Amino acid sequence: MNFPVLSAIVLAPVIGVLAILLIPEKEELLIKITAAVATFISLALSIFIFLTYDRSVGGVQFVESIPWVDRFGINYTLGVDGMSLPLVLLTSIVIFTGVFASWDMHTRIKEFFIFLLALVAGVFGVFVTRDMFFFYLFFEVAVIPMYILIGVWGSTRKEYAAMKLTLYLLVGSAFALIGIIATFLYAGAPQHLGYLTFDIEKLATVHYDIAFQKFAFFLMLIGFGFLVPMWPLHTWSPDGHVAAPTAVSMLHAGVLMKLGGYGIIRLGIFFFPEGAKYWAPLIAVLCIVNVVYGAMVAMVQKDLKFVIGYSSVSHMGYVLLGIASLNSMGIDGAVAQMFAHGIMTALFFALVGNIYHKAHTREIARFGGLAHQMPRVATGFVIAGLASLGLPGLNNFVAEFLIFVGSFTIDKVVLGFIPFRALSILAILGIVITATYVLRVVQFVFFGPRKEEWDHLTDAKGIEMVPIVILISVLILFGLFPAPMTDLINIGVEPLIAKIQAAQAIGGVF
Amino acid sequence: MIELAWLIPVLPALGFVIIALATKRFKLLSALVAIAAMATSLVISLGIFFEVLQMGITMENPVEYSVRWMSVPGIEINAGILIDPLTAVMLLVVCIVALLVEIYSMGYMEGDPGFSRFYSYLSLFASSMLGLVVANNYFQMFFFWELVGLCSYLLIGFYFGRKSAADANKKAFITNRVADFGFMLGIFFLFYQFGTFNFGELAEAFHGYENIAFLTMAAILVFIGPIGKSAQFPLHVWLPDAMEGPTPVSALIHAATMVAAGVYLLARQFVLFHAAPVSLLTIAYVGGFTSIFAATIAVVQDDIKRILAFSTLSQLGYMVMAVGVGSITAGMFHLTTHAFFKALLFLGAGSAIHAVHSNSIWKMGALVKKMKVTTWTFVIGALALAGIPPFAGFWSKDEILLATKEAGFTGLYIIGSIVAFLTAFYMFRLIFVAFFGEDRTEHEPHESPLCMTVPLIILAVFSIFIGFWGAPFVEHGFASLVYFEHPHHVTPDYMLMFTSTLLAIAGIVLAWLVYGKKVISAEKIKNRFQPIHNILYNKYYIDEIYQWIFDNIVLTIASMFKWHDRNVVDGTAHGISDSIRAAGARLRFIHTGSLQNYALVIFIAIVLIVLWMGMPVLGGIQ
Repeated sequence: MNFPVLSAIVLAPVIGVLAILLIPEKEELLIKITAAVATFISLALSIFIFLTYDRSVGGVQFVESIPWVDRFGINYTLGVDGMSLPLVLLTSIVIFTGVFASWDMHTRIKEFFIFLLALVAGVFGVFVTRDMFFFYLFFEVAVIPMYILIGVWGSTRKEYAAMKLTLYLLVGSAFALIGIIATFLYAGAPQHLGYLTFDIEKLATVHYDIAFQKFAFFLMLIGFGFLVPMWPLHTWSPDGHVAAPTAVSMLHAGVLMKLGGYGIIRLGIFFFPEGAKYWAPLIAVLCIVNVVYGAMVAMVQKDLKFVIGYSSVSHMGYVLLGIASLNSMGIDGAVAQMFAHGIMTALFFALVGNIYHKAHTREIARFGGLAHQMPRVATGFVIAGLASLGLPGLNNFVAEFLIFVGSFTIDKVVLGFIPFRALSILAILGIVITATYVLRVVQFVFFGPRKEEWDHLTDAKGIEMVPIVILISVLILFGLFPAPMTDLINIGVEPLIAKIQAAQAIGGVF
Repeated sequence: MIELAWLIPVLPALGFVIIALATKRFKLLSALVAIAAMATSLVISLGIFFEVLQMGITMENPVEYSVRWMSVPGIEINAGILIDPLTAVMLLVVCIVALLVEIYSMGYMEGDPGFSRFYSYLSLFASSMLGLVVANNYFQMFFFWELVGLCSYLLIGFYFGRKSAADANKKAFITNRVADFGFMLGIFFLFYQFGTFNFGELAEAFHGYENIAFLTMAAILVFIGPIGKSAQFPLHVWLPDAMEGPTPVSALIHAATMVAAGVYLLARQFVLFHAAPVSLLTIAYVGGFTSIFAATIAVVQDDIKRILAFSTLSQLGYMVMAVGVGSITAGMFHLTTHAFFKALLFLGAGSAIHAVHSNSIWKMGALVKKMKVTTWTFVIGALALAGIPPFAGFWSKDEILLATKEAGFTGLYIIGSIVAFLTAFYMFRLIFVAFFGEDRTEHEPHESPLCMTVPLIILAVFSIFIGFWGAPFVEHGFASLVYFEHPHHVTPDYMLMFTSTLLAIAGIVLAWLVYGKKVISAEKIKNRFQPIHNILYNKYYIDEIYQWIFDNIVLTIASMFKWHDRNVVDGTAHGISDSIRAAGARLRFIHTGSLQNYALVIFIAIVLIVLWMGMPVLGGIQ
């Protein structure tokens, strides 16, 4: 198998960008079709690797490697394992559906799709690269277009939100960069590897001493924690969600946040299992704030997008809880949750975008009875809501269930007096709060008497149905048959668990 | 047949998919798809039932098989089938009632624009309910437990354009979520300790397990699930409001099957509660309290469906109490008989509502003249519920009273007897007001079509005869099928039968004196005891208390968090950025106001600070 399939996944959007550059501005349809084709290629190839990844062998597959800067050991190395593959698939689904969700955009769409595709190339890059240098490079490629996309095409307080988001993410990436450089230098020292390399596999073989692990893991945690977003570093995200245009919100909440979780696992736990053990209690405490506080704040929002923005804060708390559990169930669940949440939240934003585009408002109190005018949108929203509140049969339930069991079976004590299980129980309480805010929104927006004010709204149809149908199908497919996904994830997580188990217990931050 | 058991939940699920994707526009076809799926499931269930009898499958040696659904290290989740007499009986109850309700709905829902949607939901419900019944492990039970909750949500809110319906379905879901939170914790504690979800493996693990306090905690947490689903006090508030759904739904989901799932769960894993006596005591008293609490409310309600709803609460309390005092035989037997006569009563009420276009019993009256089938089948249902021999409810209710008495719970026995009296009273209050007496109807009522009356007649036949299956003088009856550890054959207690019958008759006579013959004035009693009437009429103000807690405590906390987020968390961030901006203002040559420069300053500052702070540990750099 010599075809560089991973490069193709990353480069398809880049080629899309180049093609769109050549298309005249006024050929809107052609631009959109080009974007759709480019992202479809990535999607098809992602499905292909999802199906052909050899599960009996495991490990890193579809490897490509081209030397780049020998002196610093920088190689263009790509490869996927069971952990990154689902995220590649997630990215390709979200961007493909995102293109269709932007079908009715008309302002400067040439530039819009150029930046959108550039962004997604960066995201693909982060998930497929096995080289820490390229990891950071792609990471920055993913962040910068976001500023422009929100600043130019956004809505509510877009300049503020774009600036805030970018500053927050840059601060985060500064922390991550230091962690990366420190790791690079430490591993390259003569008493360790003896040569400089950015190769993630090789860096993982180094045994970092405990003081360094504590230091470096903390940097990675903060750096990528901004992106997750971990409380209290989260306030950029609801503002960003609200301001961003539909497809960008989808990518932002659906995929970009997952870079954070992936970064903590790949560059944090994978390198520094002892550091992870040391900081896990901190993550556990903060993520409970994410879950409960995020959900409570979501309950009293007036703007539809803010509700979903805070629900993301809440749901990403579950990812952190899974990570903090440091066991198979927890981390498998965390990765599964990243996938599930990505799909679910993309669906939410696609639907809200659909409503906003037609109604020009997202104020919950103004709506009511929309199910009369928009039965399909209402159905989609209810399904997304049910996924959000963890209904069995939809993908999110499986992930959350694994995280719950994984964290519940831990016998540790945090802060000297809080059993880890108590934190787990608080997180499980989140399902009640989630149900409350989701069903309140569903009721206030979609149920109740028909309002004539909204009679001009048309239901989703044709192209608009593409993202809705695809995303719902994915939620149901992996909700009813989760094994192909969880088995794959576990293959990727196994080496990580082996390292955690080998790591000595070093107390913990509290 | 047993190897085909997996088809029982799968067929209605297929029905759901077909209706949702293909036949939505063809109403009659949708109904036929649902009914065909249900009928096939019923045939398989019947086959399994007779196979269980024939092969001598008992509670001790169930047939079980499963496939892997999902597993990661540390946890394995299976989709399984567990067939024993308990399953077989429950499958029959669900399939028969569901099939009859689906046939009935062809008439009741005729002309409704959501006709196909209705049948798709009903099919999904039947599938989930049957999946729950055949489950061999807690995970699967929980999975379908939530799905039946979803269907209940969808069907209560079927008329989503009505605010009351939208309020009610939200309330039902959230109340059940609170309960499921407890249920889930219970399952997790069991899994944490014993490492499995499987009922059989857990039962073995409990055997000889010493830590009773732990089991008690787990058992009570698991019981919180049934408190929600079977609407026991204090989480009963959703069920009366659930009557916002179409009446056939009330019959199927909110009377006969789903709300009984809680009782079924208690019976399914009775060994857990048996091993933790305190939990059993809790169950008994919660059930007993609910039964009398709800019965007192039912006495003063005006809405025919609400009266039946409170009656359902009360009867569910009966069943829970029976399990609590140790007799799953009595609990499950009452579940079975109740499913038939309560479905009958609801469908009859639906037929009446269909005719007079009102739910209030005061807008009905003298229906007997126009609606003979509806009236007389309703009376049969009421007699069964009131516990008049030889109707079904008499036998099952007596078994429960006997169980409480035999187990030495005199208090509960007395409560149960009072409830029997109240039940007879409120049911015949309803009957004398709505079906006899003077005609207060505003429309001209006429009998419902055949597809509605035939199910009524079939259910009436069941309501008359099914009780004999568990009558104390019948050998190889219900008690020798469904039991815990070993069959418990009761000797008929004629004194008890006599007392309870007398109480029921007294209730009927009192209702007749007040509402039939009117020798006692209801108005005067009401005025005399106005405060008590108000409390009962307003359901002890429990809904208001919950609403107050939500509005004033939960939402206040949420608003505080929101304020904190906007002002403290964001405020700090703004403070930092403002101070950087201020520093920039002094260094005017940097102050360009562009993002890149700020970013650069922040970026370099952080890199320097962290490197400086991290110096001591950067041992690797030399």
